[in-house]
Amino acid sequence: MTRQTTLICAGLAVAFAGFTPAQGQQVSPAVKSAEQVRIAAMARAKSSAVCVFARGGRGGGSGVVITPDGYTLTNFHVIKPAGAAMKCSMSDGRLYDAVIVGIDPVGDVALIKMLGRDDFPAAEIADSDQVRVGDWCFAIGNPFLLATDFQPTVTFGVVSGIHRYQYPAGTLLEYADCIQTDASINPGNSGGPLFNAQGQLIGINGRGSFEKRGRVNVGVGYAISINQIQHFMGYLRSGRIVDHATLGATVTTNENGKVIVSNILQSSDAYRRGLRFGDELISFAGRRISTVNGFKNALGIYPRGWRVPISFLHEGEQIDTHVRLTGVHSTEELISQIQQTPKAAPKPGEDPPGPPGRPAALKAVKPAPEVAKLLEMRRGYANFYFNRLNRDRVWSRLTEQMDCSKLQGTWKLFGQIDQLGDLEFSLGDDQSQANLPQGIVVLDAENDLDTQLGPRGSGGLLVALHLWRHLLVKGPGVFGEVYYLGTTPMMGRNGLHDTLIGTHRVIEVRFMFDPEDGRMVGLEMYPELGADPCEILFEDFRPVGEQMLPHILRVRHGDLLYGTIELKNYELGEKQAP
Amino acid sequence: MRLGICCALVAGFSMPVPAADLASVTFKVQPKMVKVYGAGGLRGLESYQSGFLISADGHILTAWSYVLDTDFITTILNDGRRFQAELVGADPRLEIAVLKIDAEDLDFFDRSQHVELDLGSRVLAFSNLFGVATGDEATSVLHGVVSARTTLDARRGVFKTPYRGPAYVLDAITNNPGAAGGALTDHQGQLAGILGKELRNNLTNTWLNYSIPISQLNPAIDDILAGKSRPRTDDETARRPDRPHTLASLGLVMVPDVLAKTPPFIDAIRRESAAEKNGLRPDDLVLFIGDRLVPSCEALRNELGFIDQIDEIRLVIQRGDELLDITLPGLKNANP
Repeated sequence: MTRQTTLICAGLAVAFAGFTPAQGQQVSPAVKSAEQVRIAAMARAKSSAVCVFARGGRGGGSGVVITPDGYTLTNFHVIKPAGAAMKCSMSDGRLYDAVIVGIDPVGDVALIKMLGRDDFPAAEIADSDQVRVGDWCFAIGNPFLLATDFQPTVTFGVVSGIHRYQYPAGTLLEYADCIQTDASINPGNSGGPLFNAQGQLIGINGRGSFEKRGRVNVGVGYAISINQIQHFMGYLRSGRIVDHATLGATVTTNENGKVIVSNILQSSDAYRRGLRFGDELISFAGRRISTVNGFKNALGIYPRGWRVPISFLHEGEQIDTHVRLTGVHSTEELISQIQQTPKAAPKPGEDPPGPPGRPAALKAVKPAPEVAKLLEMRRGYANFYFNRLNRDRVWSRLTEQMDCSKLQGTWKLFGQIDQLGDLEFSLGDDQSQANLPQGIVVLDAENDLDTQLGPRGSGGLLVALHLWRHLLVKGPGVFGEVYYLGTTPMMGRNGLHDTLIGTHRVIEVRFMFDPEDGRMVGLEMYPELGADPCEILFEDFRPVGEQMLPHILRVRHGDLLYGTIELKNYELGEKQAP
Repeated sequence: MRLGICCALVAGFSMPVPAADLASVTFKVQPKMVKVYGAGGLRGLESYQSGFLISADGHILTAWSYVLDTDFITTILNDGRRFQAELVGADPRLEIAVLKIDAEDLDFFDRSQHVELDLGSRVLAFSNLFGVATGDEATSVLHGVVSARTTLDARRGVFKTPYRGPAYVLDAITNNPGAAGGALTDHQGQLAGILGKELRNNLTNTWLNYSIPISQLNPAIDDILAGKSRPRTDDETARRPDRPHTLASLGLVMVPDVLAKTPPFIDAIRRESAAEKNGLRPDDLVLFIGDRLVPSCEALRNELGFIDQIDEIRLVIQRGDELLDITLPGLKNANP
């Protein structure tokens, strides 16, 4: 035994001796109890942890199951070299096939689906906004791809910071509003879960600060907050390549420490809502904004297309409104990201790479037939299979209570608008008409719809209702291209709503559906890019024959409520007019 | 390293403070932390570091480093308030400096209430490592234990630090870029030490995570606050002698004064000059003239202007990792 080893043994002996009951150093029941709580939390959490292995030995990482039917979160940069199908192991010692569902290349998140069970142990999801600096936490994952026995590694630490912003590093990747921890996050931990002390999921580990000490943990790891991912969950389930949002404006801090608009696109919704160069940003999406990073954090957790509240000071007057967020990247930019090898960036997740010289494109070993049937590659999508799955799900739920496929004739709607007087809508295939107290508006479906945006001030109410009937009667297969966007918030309603986007010639319509009862509760008709839509909120559903149809329509355009329509009667023609 | 493992085992038997308490402690400490910005920004030289308040009226303890080589030291408090800081003084031997901002009623660490840590003590390290926090964002907190209480034995070619004294060696990776000047506390949030600059052992290529106990610094901090070890300020109207020392009379050629606050490195020594005869060398960095801190070439020239040619000059210079005391004698027959 060398002298050094002897010293170590002696040190250990002293260390343990100090805690032997023989010397009266009893461990308090509170300590033992806390230890048992921690062990139980880790055991519970460990069951949902996943080790991701790319096919063909192309590296891997970690993940966590979030639903019993196998939906699993990981990092985009983990599955990127793996392609559309991969293998995942769990602590039960089994290896499962998995397929890609949706990806968020900017937020570095991927949703995959593990196959073979409908009773996967899923992680309990916490509200990550409740995480505090100094809270104990632990990461579970596959650092250095050690889990050759499928048993993940647990590393323990504290929450070092919250609401952290990490700039893009050579790629689209941007870590906004993330959780910083000193629990060891090493290559291979990427995509794995960060749990709170109760074993609830608070984030997905994916990045660290490294500099001159090499690509190993230096006590600064970052996890994407689970609340951010929850915002994107519906989008990720859509099978799409999803994008983050931009306000269409940049901000800077002035000499007084105020956050000021330094640039704004005139085509942005924010500009249409009155935001201008030099205005002071007060709050965004419910968060007070005091720094540029704070704004980036608040913005970075939202997907493209969401609408959020904003408050700003314009010429001394506070304006409280809502803005629609546009995308940060073009579709082509996003597609190119999944086709290129990522550049070196300070993150732990370029986990042990595959053999040199092998291209890291989204191509993989040919999957087994039972896996292949869940893969449907289409340009612009991570896996179109899941988009079709959700589009059909939404449509199927709607038509369970509202099957209008046999109501191919003209629809007539009778009612009042804002008690100004009676109105009547006549909606048909070739022509629609509105008889309003203000006058008559006629729409010729043979001509360009985007030039027939009456009645005045509505933004195209008649076009919106025309296309509403068109979708309900013809279905998504005939309407035009209809795809599942994901889940989005709606003004005037709580929660998130399944959203389909339909394109009819040049017009894009968003149809929103209540996730509980499947009813179509709203639509937004966009006659062109960069224009305010005509919005309709559908309420007061009552039976009309065999259909459940709305009897109150709240119509908005831009900042104004165009009017509230109360419908008293429907006449739904069954046959197409000759 | 192996000693550290043993210590970690020891600490593993102690009970963590319940989570709620630790978060509360962190919340209590954060208002005392300061983000410091100054010179740097070039490759490998971060322009930020950490500091913490040691008085209610704005004295900040931080690390003595190139970041302070500027007239524009910016500090940002935990609540996001931004202040230009003045360098009150520094002790290069301990690698500490004290800054002052114009503010009142601030939360601060009471140095008289500091704690001494034992082997295995559980600690928290607060700093703005990697410059992660900006504005009103809180500095980062890391947890760990004291792996060793030892003496930093800085030897040439091993550790680049002039500090030779007691230090806490930590098992957490506390000493990252920007962490220098951060605070080490116990789990009750009581101040124990200052996080040192990054140190790499050139023999083993390992980085040391350490903190200098606050008890080692208190006398020097008191001296700085009492007016010693501080640079001369403009409002001081000390009498200038008729025949002061000059760089030329001493045989010193300083590096070109191209920055707002060019560090006073000696560029060349004239042959047969007093500087050469008394052992000064090119690349020496002048830190002090007497008890006066000379943070720049301009400050050096200015300070020489207050010393009569017949008086000796006591210099503290940094040569590589070492601090040396050098005395230049006054000129005989200088006066007519």
